[in-house]
Amino acid sequence: MSTKELKVAALRNGTVIDHIPADKLYKVVSILHLDTCEHQITIGNNLDSAKVGKKGIIKISDRAFEEDETNKIALIAPNAKINIIRDFVVVEKRPLILPEEIREIVQCTNPVCITNNQPVATRFHVQKHDSEVMLKCHYCEREVQRDKVKIK
Amino acid sequence: MSNNSLVSISDYSKEEILAILDSAAQFEANPNRKTLDGKVIATLFFEPSTRTRLSFETAVIRLGGSIIGFSDAATSSSSKGETLNDTIHMVSCYADAIVMRHPLEGAARYAAEVSPVPIINAGDGANQHPSQTLLDLYSILKTQGTLENLTICLVGDLKYGRTVHSLIMAMSHFNPTFKFIAPDELKMPDEYKVFCRKKNIAFTEVNELNENFNDADILYMTRVQKERFQDLMEYERVKNVYTLYNAMLDNTKPNLRILHPLPRVTEIDPDVDSNEKAYYFRQAQNGLYVRQAIVSKVLNQPSNG
Repeated sequence: MSTKELKVAALRNGTVIDHIPADKLYKVVSILHLDTCEHQITIGNNLDSAKVGKKGIIKISDRAFEEDETNKIALIAPNAKINIIRDFVVVEKRPLILPEEIREIVQCTNPVCITNNQPVATRFHVQKHDSEVMLKCHYCEREVQRDKVKIK
Repeated sequence: MSNNSLVSISDYSKEEILAILDSAAQFEANPNRKTLDGKVIATLFFEPSTRTRLSFETAVIRLGGSIIGFSDAATSSSSKGETLNDTIHMVSCYADAIVMRHPLEGAARYAAEVSPVPIINAGDGANQHPSQTLLDLYSILKTQGTLENLTICLVGDLKYGRTVHSLIMAMSHFNPTFKFIAPDELKMPDEYKVFCRKKNIAFTEVNELNENFNDADILYMTRVQKERFQDLMEYERVKNVYTLYNAMLDNTKPNLRILHPLPRVTEIDPDVDSNEKAYYFRQAQNGLYVRQAIVSKVLNQPSNG
């Protein structure tokens, strides 16, 4: 473990989410509902990173996440790294895979979409046009570019 | 969810589209049957649309079915704050199918998910209006004898006009050539051009109406809406550039037909109405037969009974 990472307390067991772009850190917190999580959480932000400039890191003690939970992060921080730690050792490096469908965490940008006006959970289909990733609302069919999505 | 719902034209395959058009032709030959005897169809119009509602209601009544519903949200329980989910569940206790127009986009897809009976989308905001698309296709088939290899000019508001977007999707099965004729403010959105390129559909874009349609089989006119313009001077200029006059049709192909989803305002001068190439009023009449075919399909009723 490098000294750089030790700026944030080491973790015995749990999950480390590293290399989050600094401006996306609190969105990751919100997507994983860490604001209501009762486990010990260490959050570092604006740490120096050769890869992303300023990065954020989140360490959650004694908690494992399902893959479909961590994959939600792929939407806003596709290059974040998920490490599962046991006894201070990384036992799994989990790749982030953008799901084909994203439910609930994204808000439709269309003000007259049914999901913005009635109690309807959002659903988006992930579509690739050439190199561009677009999210298409399952209901109003409006498309939005990945980097313009609104996280609820 | 009932799988028989019709929410978007993309819910139907090429074969299903052709089957609907074939069924519509049978209803045109004999529009008065009793195949829906004993069936109750609800028409829920959360925003007014006289033309579409009367067309659906006539389609049902001519097939012997009955109609319940409302024609304005102000007279429905949604004005008391009832959710769409609750309204659909309540109405589905009484009706065998629901025809719905709603101002919110995506309302029909959602209704189809929660409804135990089929939903027919009669327009959800600016999103989808598949019965309009099917009657457009029926009109094209009837006037041209085929849907294959046609040159179709789409004119007017190509940015917000849902009928032209759905028509592109539906015609993509039939190797069309498109010409998009629109002012810069109302140009065809990129996503539909991307769609055409993916499907190898040839298209050109121009921004003047005059005589750009002499090679066309179909001239599909749409209304240029004043409220789309931020600059009203620009609207006044565009409105006059995009008016079709009878004299402009002199050098067009003999098989050319002019379609318009109606209502029209200034974009087709009344002097075009008497030209045999004007087809928009008969197009509206075709809506009846197509809607008979749609209602019969969602209720699994035969069209030749």
